[in-house]
Amino acid sequence: MVLTELSMLELAAKLTSGEVSSLEATRACLTRIAQVDGQVKAFLRLDEKGALAAAEASDARRKAGNPASALDGVPIGLKDIFLTEGGETTCGSRILQGFVPPYDATVVRLLREAGLPIVGKLNMDEFAMGSSTEGSAFGPTHNPWDLERTPGGSSGGSAAAVAACEVFGALGTDTGGSIRQPAALTNTVGLKPTYGRVSRYGVIAYASSLDQVGPMARTVADTAALLQLLARHDPLDSTSAKLEAPDYREDLEGGVRGLRLGVPREYFTGGMDPEVEQAVREALKAYEHMGATLVDVSLPHTKYALATYYLLATAEASSNLARYDGIRFGLRAKDAKGLRELYGLTRERGFGPEVKRRIMLGTYALSAGYYDAYYLRAQKVRTLIRQDFASAFEQVDALVSPTSPVPAFKLGEKVADPLSMYLMDVFTLPCNLAGLPGLSLPCGFTKSNLPIGLQILGKPFDEARLLRIARAFEREHGFVRRFPTL
Amino acid sequence: MALTLEQVRHVASLARLSLSPDEERRYATQLSAVLDAVAQLQELDVSGVEPTSHATLASSLLREDVTLPSLPPEKGLANAPSKVGTRFAVPKIIE
Repeated sequence: MVLTELSMLELAAKLTSGEVSSLEATRACLTRIAQVDGQVKAFLRLDEKGALAAAEASDARRKAGNPASALDGVPIGLKDIFLTEGGETTCGSRILQGFVPPYDATVVRLLREAGLPIVGKLNMDEFAMGSSTEGSAFGPTHNPWDLERTPGGSSGGSAAAVAACEVFGALGTDTGGSIRQPAALTNTVGLKPTYGRVSRYGVIAYASSLDQVGPMARTVADTAALLQLLARHDPLDSTSAKLEAPDYREDLEGGVRGLRLGVPREYFTGGMDPEVEQAVREALKAYEHMGATLVDVSLPHTKYALATYYLLATAEASSNLARYDGIRFGLRAKDAKGLRELYGLTRERGFGPEVKRRIMLGTYALSAGYYDAYYLRAQKVRTLIRQDFASAFEQVDALVSPTSPVPAFKLGEKVADPLSMYLMDVFTLPCNLAGLPGLSLPCGFTKSNLPIGLQILGKPFDEARLLRIARAFEREHGFVRRFPTL
Repeated sequence: MALTLEQVRHVASLARLSLSPDEERRYATQLSAVLDAVAQLQELDVSGVEPTSHATLASSLLREDVTLPSLPPEKGLANAPSKVGTRFAVPKIIE
């Protein structure tokens, strides 16, 4: 048994039986990180002391027969977008280097209360803007399945760390696919919950009407168990839904017999890698074989989603990122003369090229004379995209599609061409525009051993059913228990 | 739609970004390409369509009006690049 290859729930069972301690599991993660992270570069920084102290406290609770949660003692990693009290948080940006938050994000507090040792902070595209983690100011993360390739993004560090067995699970955020696309590229499971399902308090904002926090893990059951800890109303987040979370693990093995799964025809037209398409088609057949009915559905406005997303996300980003002005926290250009120059130089030096590009696009879309043509029009098209999903869900229980049109691409391949990078999110971002839950799970490998992901989209707050559909495939096919060699 | 360098400078100024001449040229090209790509939204008829500003209709915007502790000044100022007493220090803004 390789300890770090256990699933979160397998480890939890061993913690309960006393076969393994949280201290041992946490030390095993730290050893694994020391062995492989020089190649993978998933971590921006470790909190060895904090993690070991949390593990020790967890062991004491377990010994007293009083675990704080089902995952008490299971080590986890956090995308560096979550505020951690007393621990540097940079969001992958130079402008926040040295920033030490005065409080924990709500999800961080929930994980601490549930007893999970937080091993460290994981790499990401700067301010979550990107699909390859190459946008990080601190250098790219490498895909554990092929170190010359990207793990996807923006939660690429989270996905790579989970895939490389450096941690048992991680949290990411998903604005246009930033949990699901890296999950697909690394043979892991990633869930973007319904907008409002998980608190965003203390999560650094990119595009506030789209951002959502979600779990990343190596199995569907782990993903469900992690979501269970996070899904609750938070009075500190005004967009948090006032809804009780169901028991996500209760019906997990319920199968797909009798379910109607929609296959959106617009997600299968051109540009897709043939091996990805083949694997997804085979997964669809497998679902049919397991008793689901496949239904051909149409989401006619799909081709407008990318343009809509990039106008709305960048407009919101240009507004959210106005707070990085060099006054209250983060970098300040010390040599600036006057306030205006202080803003300009601080932001010029602190932000990387993709962040500046998106701020520029968003500022343009919101500027006088262009607001109606770009921003307002995109908001209206967003309505049409939502309506597409609403009518599809009158016919089906969930939608199934590829997660990413291509497997992991080479580092450096798309950096110089923003438009081709933006296309990486073409299947994932409509779900964010509509606020729906979406999940990616492993569904196969290319001939060159690169993971392929399957995406399942659901009705609002229907995460339990998505997990059940995902679990049915995982149980039959088990691609998830393959590990990269490092 | 091709953005002129002058337009790029105007947008950069609105966004409070001091771009280098090289960046201005690069963003003029790249933003023009992105704007060309998003121009496809113009082909849709959106008359009579209501805009969606949020994915879910937020119904819980207001919290109970109760006093809660807020961040103490020393914590709020802990990350300040420059401070004077309990205040953030900024360069002189009035000539």
